Amino acid sequence: MNVLTDNFALYGKGFLGTVELTVYASLLALVLGFLMASCRVSPVGSFRALGTAWVTVLRNTPLTLLFFAVLLGLPRFGLVLPFQLFAVLALGCYTSAFICEALRSGINTVPLGQGEAARSLGMTFGQTLTTVVLPQAFRSVIPPVGSTLIALAKNSAIAGAFSVTELLGTYKTLNELGYSVIWSFVWIALGYLIITLTISALFHALEKRWGVAR
Amino acid sequence: MSRALFTESTALYDIPGPKTQRRHLMYGIASTVLLLGLVGWVVYLLFHTDQFTAAKWTPFQYKGIQELLLRGLANTLKAFAYAAVLSLALGALLAVGRLSEHRPLRWIAGLCVEFFRAMPVLVMIFFIFVALKVQPLPALVAGLTLYNGSVLAEVFRTGVNSVDRGQREAAYALGMRKTQVMTHVLVPQAVRAMLPTIISQLVVALKDTSLGYLITYEEFLHAGKLIASNLDYDLPFIPVVLVISPIYIGMCMLLSWFANWVARRQRRNPKTEAVDIGPAEAGTLLPGGRQ
Repeated sequence: MNVLTDNFALYGKGFLGTVELTVYASLLALVLGFLMASCRVSPVGSFRALGTAWVTVLRNTPLTLLFFAVLLGLPRFGLVLPFQLFAVLALGCYTSAFICEALRSGINTVPLGQGEAARSLGMTFGQTLTTVVLPQAFRSVIPPVGSTLIALAKNSAIAGAFSVTELLGTYKTLNELGYSVIWSFVWIALGYLIITLTISALFHALEKRWGVAR
Repeated sequence: MSRALFTESTALYDIPGPKTQRRHLMYGIASTVLLLGLVGWVVYLLFHTDQFTAAKWTPFQYKGIQELLLRGLANTLKAFAYAAVLSLALGALLAVGRLSEHRPLRWIAGLCVEFFRAMPVLVMIFFIFVALKVQPLPALVAGLTLYNGSVLAEVFRTGVNSVDRGQREAAYALGMRKTQVMTHVLVPQAVRAMLPTIISQLVVALKDTSLGYLITYEEFLHAGKLIASNLDYDLPFIPVVLVISPIYIGMCMLLSWFANWVARRQRRNPKTEAVDIGPAEAGTLLPGGRQ
């Protein structure tokens, strides 16, 4: 029971590591996902093919395999970066495929007539996109993006098993110090619950503010 | 193909005219060249760092190594089969609990579902493996079952609830009991409609069997790691990845494709008229149950 109070620094470090990993990987996933979604709805065939290939391959790749390939494989090409960065890269790329699909289906929910009306008013492509289509798509995209980012936070546990400083990894140290394994896991579980519930609350708030009224 | 797709406008673009089509073709060619260049660079890098030397690829000719890989693959499929069957059973059980008329039962099932959906699978697997000191295979299967079972329970429940209300009312009006309404009317329609979603959730389970690698279960990735760390063959890590990942990704793609095929078929099926067909995508994993 005193596992937490005795090792607060260790838990804190692991917790912060998970939060850091989640935030950076989320940013990468959102940016990459947006890029790939724009590829997938573009009128140029080869862009669409690239987006489709990216999504299909990454959605069907086991994340462990991706971590395995990135963390242990890229150094073979002489690309030596800190493990943390590799983990962000793997997690971000993996999640970007799911974000891309969420964004694309969001854009597809905007009725055809909206774009046609905007164009017949003489709006340029940029104006149509930024003032008509994207604001509407953004509203319907909030819940699926939220659940994707929660999945990302949960997936970051895999990084811990590849010796990145992370919440799940703390159990090893505690185990060696001879603390009760069950209790150390209870606090780890609590840490993850705090992170996922925070993201959930954040997206609830976003949805209340901007979501589609149903 | 691009011309066929764009004979009608979308919310974003009008039908392209001849000039725009030429411009798009140019963009297409330029980006294809760029992408091919990128692929070429990666291949050059592979050759440059001596990934295609004979020493690194000969191990795949040896019978022992092939058997090691096949045994790993068999172990992966074994874990997947156990996890799939058990999580379907657990999902059905929890769904029955959540749809029950007794409040305590509903409560307990709801609590289980929400908790196991909110926990990372890996934490559960590690807990079972380390704290409860279980063998790797049962630990992996148990972790996957708890997680996927909870997600599937939600899928089943949404399916049953999304059957058109008239079906349930008509069945009750005929004097059927609740069990009869469920087994004869609601569940058959719900399962048909949710089949694509259920199969996609099984893709998630198949992908997650690779977590067994982290608890030293001797599955496919583990076999690959054993070969990759062999000094006799000059540490053939990249060749191993090049062999393993197409097989892994191919298996998952096959199952995803099957889910999509089922979804397309069910949409034309008169037996699912009263329900919306679930999308062939893995269920969302949101705690707090936003349906």
